[in-house]
Amino acid sequence: MAEEHKVDALTGTATTGHDWDGIQELNTPLPRWWLWLFYLTIIWSVGYWLVYPAWPLLTTSTQGLFGWHAREAIVTDMQELQAKRGPMMAQLSTASVAEIEGNPQLLDFARAVGRVAFADNCAPCHGAGGGGAKGYPNLNDDDWLWGGKLADIQQTITHGVRSGDDQGRSGNMPPFNGVLKPNEISAVADYARSLSGLAPEAGADLALGKKVFADNCAVCHGPDGKGNRELGSANLTDKIWLYGSDKQTIMQGILNGRGGVMPNWGARLPEPTIKALTVYVHTLGGGEK
Amino acid sequence: MANAIAPQKTMTIGEGGSALALAALALLSIVVAAKAYTPEYAFHAYLFAAASIASVFVIINRYFDRPAEPAPLEINGKPNYNFGPVKFSSVAAVFWGLAGFTVGLIIALQLAFPDLNLGIPYTTFGRLRPLHTSAVIFAFGGNVLIATSFYVVQRTCRARLAGDIAPWFVVLGYNFFIVIAGTGYLLGITQSKEYAEPEWYSDLFLTIVWVTYFLVFLATIWRRKEPHIYVANWFYLAFILTIAVLHLGNNAAVPVSLFSPKSYIVWSGVQDAMVQWWYGHNAVGFFLTAGFLAIMYYFIPKRAERPVYSYRLSIIHFWALIFLYIWAGPHHLHYTALPDWAQTLGMTFSIMLWMPSWGGMINGIMTLSGAWDKLRTDPVLRMMVVSVAFYGMSTFEGPMMSVKIVNSLSHYTDWTIGHVHSGALGWVGYVSFGALYCLIPWLWNRPLYSLKLVNWHFWISTIGIVLYISSMWVSGILQGLMWRAYTNLGFLEYSFVETVEAMHPFYVIRALGGLLFLAGAIVMAWNLWKTVTAAEEAKPAGVALAPAE
Amino acid sequence: MSLWQKHAIFEKNSIILVIGILVVIAIGGLVEIVPLFYLKNTIEKVEGVRPYTPLELAGRNIYVREGCYLCHSQMIRPLRDEVERYGHYSLAAESMYDRPFQWGSKRTGPDLARVGGKYSDDWHRDHLRNPRSVVPGSVMPEYGWLARTDLDFSHIDNDLKTLALEGEPYSPEMIASAKQDVVTQSTTDSADATDLAKRYPKAQARDYDGNPGRITEADALIAYLQMLGTQVDFKLYDDKANIR
Ligand code: HEC
Ligand code: HEC
Ligand code: HEC
Ligand code: HEM
Ligand code: HEM
Ligand SMILES: [Ca+2]
Ligand SMILES: [Ca+2]
Ligand SMILES: [Cu+2]
Repeated sequence: MAEEHKVDALTGTATTGHDWDGIQELNTPLPRWWLWLFYLTIIWSVGYWLVYPAWPLLTTSTQGLFGWHAREAIVTDMQELQAKRGPMMAQLSTASVAEIEGNPQLLDFARAVGRVAFADNCAPCHGAGGGGAKGYPNLNDDDWLWGGKLADIQQTITHGVRSGDDQGRSGNMPPFNGVLKPNEISAVADYARSLSGLAPEAGADLALGKKVFADNCAVCHGPDGKGNRELGSANLTDKIWLYGSDKQTIMQGILNGRGGVMPNWGARLPEPTIKALTVYVHTLGGGEK
Repeated sequence: MANAIAPQKTMTIGEGGSALALAALALLSIVVAAKAYTPEYAFHAYLFAAASIASVFVIINRYFDRPAEPAPLEINGKPNYNFGPVKFSSVAAVFWGLAGFTVGLIIALQLAFPDLNLGIPYTTFGRLRPLHTSAVIFAFGGNVLIATSFYVVQRTCRARLAGDIAPWFVVLGYNFFIVIAGTGYLLGITQSKEYAEPEWYSDLFLTIVWVTYFLVFLATIWRRKEPHIYVANWFYLAFILTIAVLHLGNNAAVPVSLFSPKSYIVWSGVQDAMVQWWYGHNAVGFFLTAGFLAIMYYFIPKRAERPVYSYRLSIIHFWALIFLYIWAGPHHLHYTALPDWAQTLGMTFSIMLWMPSWGGMINGIMTLSGAWDKLRTDPVLRMMVVSVAFYGMSTFEGPMMSVKIVNSLSHYTDWTIGHVHSGALGWVGYVSFGALYCLIPWLWNRPLYSLKLVNWHFWISTIGIVLYISSMWVSGILQGLMWRAYTNLGFLEYSFVETVEAMHPFYVIRALGGLLFLAGAIVMAWNLWKTVTAAEEAKPAGVALAPAE
Repeated sequence: MSLWQKHAIFEKNSIILVIGILVVIAIGGLVEIVPLFYLKNTIEKVEGVRPYTPLELAGRNIYVREGCYLCHSQMIRPLRDEVERYGHYSLAAESMYDRPFQWGSKRTGPDLARVGGKYSDDWHRDHLRNPRSVVPGSVMPEYGWLARTDLDFSHIDNDLKTLALEGEPYSPEMIASAKQDVVTQSTTDSADATDLAKRYPKAQARDYDGNPGRITEADALIAYLQMLGTQVDFKLYDDKANIR
């Protein structure tokens, strides 16, 4: 132990008398404010332990005076939210989609619900605003694979397309690889393009194409190529192409088949949200009466 | 032959033992390389083989070159300090610092401009981010800690570093570990446990290095000429010991095979989460805090030539800090599936941690009482004092973010990133730079090339830090508020991508801040380079620049 | 002798200092970690959580390898907006077979705890190849090589064996059929799909990456993503059952 404790001239405080490589220590007492704040945090913590679940015991933990738990709080919180959404939400739950659309106030409400639900769940495929992308249909035009009436849309959203849902829409366009010869595929692709008025390639054998189409494609796409909403087979006579109108893409589809998957949102989203989405999509611009 | 001239010269146990162990490791590595399941693992095995063979050669060469007598502990009654490993580590620190900040800048740019991921595996964000965190924390920070601890323990104990091969094994082994870990991330070898990403074999190797580090440090304390152990060494000891315990607990894993880089952690799910953040939070508490407080306790009083402010405060805040820190881990798991009781403990202990943390800040800053004017004249000291102020700021922010209500907003957002970097750039970065500006002139016995450049470094990087953390605070809070924003009808207002898009301007500002911080560090590296390569040895420069004998 | 001077015992004796440090740092960890192993309510009792199929496990290992957790959490907190955006809050039971856990601590991208079934396989394939082709505002990296790289599952049985050693309920039969199960699960209309589903309830077998000729890393990763959050049926879950 150091015997004499030097006093630091600048501060007037005694040192502890040690010296390490020229470093000394002052024996300054603990700052009062520091100590009191420290005590305060300890007292506050003890109080907190009393109120909330805190210390592990042998079979459970202390539960706190008021029995607060995060998992109960969320239930109450959701109930409060429902209460805040109030009578409109109740109506949304009970009204049919048609009734919702018929009631301007409820319609505004439903579109507000639908907007963010669409942006978080549907926009990754159908694009922000429902504009669609390659393989993912545009939802604000009036071309519908499966129908643009409220009921059609509700069915599509709830159960999906080729989603594995028992009540979902199903049926693929089969691959024709091996079924049709390469020249037939090329010809029918040209023919399919010609249905919507696209200029055929030089040397295209439209006559062969027409025959192949009638034999293989008409069952689904109809003799005139206008498609069939029962099967979800695309209308080939309009200018709207799900996958693209270039011959390469069309041939690829014929070779490998087509069958985009739309998830069944009924398994994921609450019923009122689905209704709101239905109305939201229906009013995007292409809804059918 | 050398032996003939000095017949009494014999190989020490350390030399012989390490050479044998390394030769065995080389052999094992070659076997593993031959049978490895993946080429990446084989590559690492070859690296191990090459490094251990090279080490065996170096050990043998060194044996032939050295005099018969081991290095004396004292010369003319003065300790014969062993600064070789310290020099190596401090150079490595500068190198890894530049590398780590550069990678930080790259990932910051990737978040602003995702095309910079380049579409190839090795440069994607998910692989570079751990490279960044490991490079700055473990490579840069770790080398600063090893260099300063080996320096400080010798000076404050007035004793030569214990061991002959061992200290070199620590610094070289540690840096080899960094190379393995870093190349591993790029190649996709990772456990994806934050801050503990290296796979089982790197973990195992680090364990050996770390135990050696502990023994060297402790044995040097045993040699001390001072009756008391200086406070910096308490902190270094707590840091080394606790990191060892944490490392072992969090990396307990069973490899799929000796020939596979892949392992599975023995903990799972919620228990793994708790163990991970027991580790992760205390990696902050003991690596980034206790270790750097040790640096503060030596370099600030030394540079300011003032006694440490309060011995009593150092006792209380030391024990309170290390006791309370351990409990705070669950604040990383608020509102998760971790049971409520554990979250409560994490939160309350974080609050109680506030004052013990500020105890360190008080002791750092108040050490300048009576010498405040030095802040104006000495940019190195200014850097260190500002670092302590940042320490105070982030240890106020941390307890605040531990409050569950606050954390429900801040968690998962850039706010955490802002908090991290106010601690990392402000505290860890600046106290390290300050220490390096002191240490390197002392080690090479030359005056610092330019104080003016230090001043430039200080201002450039301070602007960088301010840009970084303020942009992340804004973006973090904005992000948190947008996620939970409700319309007046009671529905979510924003979709997730809208919040991603809203972050863009802040990511650009953050990258700019990072660029400035990196630029400052380049200025430092240049300054230190000019210092080390200066032609003449220093005449004893101003006392402030040379350690007292 | 003042209390302050008693501290000299730590300052003068390094071993006592070391022991003091070890004792002080042991307490908090023990009190917080050990009870999680013996308190029965830590992991909820729920139906449906099963260990990963070999293909899902391989996919999970790719998720781990690429560090997806650095941007994506897999932990929905019991907070209003999260429950609304992502679905029911996560249970501890849902990650009981996760080694390591992947709850994450940063949400640069959305939570993935319940992403299974949210999108189609094709979407995932397109999104992984180029996220901005489907989500223009995304900052996620492109992972094109996953669909170009064959999955290496030559040692996947060793992985199951290791996990079984650590206590996961993989039977010797599951380990023996692990490699075959990878093939089965990545094939559309495989004859062995019912066997697979017996070993791993609800396992979905199909070609995931749109490339039936190959089993790629994308097959495995998408299989993993598509099962995330699909095991517990929350329509049957009692929200009052596991308050703790
Ligand atoms: C994984 C991608 C994906 C997501 C997400 C998705 N869809 Fe779809 N959706 C599709 C595909 C693909 C089709 C076309 C199916 C087909 O080819 O027959 C489709 C079709 C539809 C149709 C029928 C269009 C028509 O022409 O008949 C509607 C309506 C629709 N989606 C609405 C939605 C809504 C609402 C959501 C969100 C709740 C949503 N979709 C989410 C992929 C998706
Ligand atoms: C079993 C029913 C079926 C048959 C047979 C069939 N298709 Fe289709 N086709 C479909 C369905 C269903 C779709 C829509 C697929 C989707 O939405 O993903 C489709 C889509 C298409 C498309 C894409 C339209 C677009 O908008 O991009 C083209 C082109 C096409 N079919 C041409 C043909 C031709 C040519 C044949 C005969 C060689 C043929 N289909 C036979 C059911 C069929
Ligand atoms: C740099 C950050 C980043 C990394 C790394 C990253 N992602 Fe993403 N991820 C995002 C962002 C941002 C989004 C939201 C925009 C979008 O859908 O692309 C996203 C979206 C997703 C989604 C859609 C989630 C949803 O519900 O809409 C999935 C699935 C996904 N990522 C999987 C992965 C996987 C698997 C990996 C690793 C191989 C990964 N991500 C790596 C940033 C990232
Ligand atoms: C040039 C300077 C730096 C830049 C530009 C930078 C940039 C970044 C970026 C972009 C991230 C990822 C954030 C995210 O995922 O959203 C990050 C993470 C991180 N950085 Fe830095 N960084 C820098 C310096 C440092 C330093 C010096 C340290 C430590 C000493 C550090 C420690 C960390 C840590 C710990 C994380 C992980 C944070 C978390 O997971 O919450 N960084 N950095
Ligand atoms: C009293 C002191 C401190 C407390 C109580 C504290 C508390 C916290 C909290 C609550 C978080 C956010 C966790 C989350 O929501 O995910 C956090 C994150 C973090 N803090 Fe601190 N902090 C303290 C000091 C520091 C210091 C000094 C540093 C130094 C560099 C630091 C580094 C970090 C890092 C790296 C993370 C990010 C962890 C991750 O998610 O990857 N903290 N801290
Ligand atoms: Ca590890
Ligand atoms: Ca495949
Ligand atoms: Cu923490």
